[in-house]
Amino acid sequence: MIALEGITKAYKMGKRDLVVLKGINLQVKQGELVAIMGASGSGKSTLLNIAGCLDRPTTGKYYFEDREVSRLKSGDLARIRGQRIGFIFQTFNLLSRITALANVELGMTYAGGVNRQRAKEALVKVGLSERIHHRPLELSGGEQQRVAIARAIVKNPSLFLADEPTGQLDSSSGEEVISILLSLHAEQGTTLIIVTHDASVAHRCQRIIHLKDGQIVAEENV
Amino acid sequence: MKKLMGLLGSVWGGVITHKLRSFLTMLGIVVGVAAVIILMAVGKGSTQSIVSRFSSLGANTLTVSPGSTQQQGGIRTAFGSASTLTLEDAEAIAASVSNITAVAPSSSTQVQAIVGINNVRATVTGVTPEYEQVNSLQMAEGDFISADDNDSKARVVVIGTNVETTLFPDSDPVGQTIRAGNYIVTVIGVLQSSSQSSFGSVNNAIFIPLNTLQLLGGQQLTKNGDHVVSSIGVEITDTKYVTTVTNDITTLLLDRHQILDSANADFSVTSVEALLSSITSVTNQLTLLLGAIAAISLLVGGIGVMNIMLVSVLERTREIGIRKALGAKESDIWAQFLIEAAFLTFTGGIIGVIIGWGGAYIINRMGTYATLVTPNIIILAVSVSVGIGLFFGFYPAWNASRLEPIKALRSE
Repeated sequence: MIALEGITKAYKMGKRDLVVLKGINLQVKQGELVAIMGASGSGKSTLLNIAGCLDRPTTGKYYFEDREVSRLKSGDLARIRGQRIGFIFQTFNLLSRITALANVELGMTYAGGVNRQRAKEALVKVGLSERIHHRPLELSGGEQQRVAIARAIVKNPSLFLADEPTGQLDSSSGEEVISILLSLHAEQGTTLIIVTHDASVAHRCQRIIHLKDGQIVAEENV
Repeated sequence: MKKLMGLLGSVWGGVITHKLRSFLTMLGIVVGVAAVIILMAVGKGSTQSIVSRFSSLGANTLTVSPGSTQQQGGIRTAFGSASTLTLEDAEAIAASVSNITAVAPSSSTQVQAIVGINNVRATVTGVTPEYEQVNSLQMAEGDFISADDNDSKARVVVIGTNVETTLFPDSDPVGQTIRAGNYIVTVIGVLQSSSQSSFGSVNNAIFIPLNTLQLLGGQQLTKNGDHVVSSIGVEITDTKYVTTVTNDITTLLLDRHQILDSANADFSVTSVEALLSSITSVTNQLTLLLGAIAAISLLVGGIGVMNIMLVSVLERTREIGIRKALGAKESDIWAQFLIEAAFLTFTGGIIGVIIGWGGAYIINRMGTYATLVTPNIIILAVSVSVGIGLFFGFYPAWNASRLEPIKALRSE
């Protein structure tokens, strides 16, 4: 599915380079459910951004579906993001001025076209059939995150990336979100990578990657 | 198609979320477009009214004047001061040029006209009966000079309204006498007041039979005894003959004056049409100038659009990041913001057209200025305002499209 070979990432911070990733080698197979754990600043999010084609590695090679994509033009990366990858962010990243339904449709805008029926079905699937015309600010955190999940699944991506999806939620709505994500994997065999602080979430995955100071320090199979 | 609808949806969303801001952005364009339309309409309207006034003077008349219109070596004789045109030239034109209805030679001199204690310095113009027709004069009272008056060298005059009010403040002038220079003449008619005249106002004129003027000593003779006149008016049967008749008269007079090269002509033939075309070109320039001044406010409006779009991009950085994360390409973001700018200015342009059109209509009704709104002005104003949107939206849109998705997502 994806393979990272010797990925590094450095940011310019004034005159010094801040090295966030120091040579990551990682493979994730089709249909795998992987958790990435690590302290703040260990490079989890950066790794996920590179895996999601939102960012390019400084050095190293990234194969997405057997295609080396780290040097592609921004337009080609955008096409991969639009059609193959579904993101779920800690901060939801919904557009606050439009309804839940419109947010889900926004996910389809750049992935081949809007289909209102499918957008509604996606919202039903995450249990928001009563809420499709509400705006994000009229929804609870858990509901907003479920809109974000609907926005990701509506375009049937081959890879789901969730960056601390429960980080801003209370435990019960967090549990709802996690169980939706896990059931997606169980029912449809979607490839899913979850970045999380929460060990109990990580232990419900198939494999846990431990990251420290930009390096993979341990891998465990659950 | 679906993509376009999505794009328009995004644009509409962006506009409608910030109603007041969108409106204020448009306002600059609205004012600019309205100003352009109103000023251009005033310019066009003035042109049209000037043209119609001059046309009423008679687009089908030609004037032959002495002196050349072309600069030659040495000092040029003052226009109209040369004594190269004669009564005999006028008779020759009447006899041998076709497509003309009347030929009116005339000659002027300045005299002091006195009635009792009232007196006025006036131009006495010696004319033939045809002068009335060629210059579209209207009588208020009495008759114009007749052929008999001219043949018999009758001591009669026709006066303009200003001369009437000065010399005869309290009485009816017809039948009364005026002392003009050393001679006594009788008033036989008064002209209607006229606001239009190409050569001095007829209101200040005194007309006398041409032969009488010669008799009274106001007219010179040339070396070979011909009678000098100061101008010859020619009325043509139809304006389409202006060029032909001009050429015929030129050929005839060059021949009569024994001049081989038309560049050395000692006379000139001018038409109201020629005058009109130069006036029109001047007023068109003025109209353009007015439009250009108004266009400055349109430009300022455009800068306002750019300013707002830059703010809008900054404010929506996170939205741009979200869209990019969802697969929006640079071109998608670019198109979204560019269309948003063009949409604002287009809408502003349409509103400006409506206001400008209404304003031009009101100004017309108030009567100070004639206004004329032509379709060209409207098409120009709307396309320029869309162009301004595209031009001033280009940089902000480009800025937006170049944002890095990660950085954009992190911004608050």
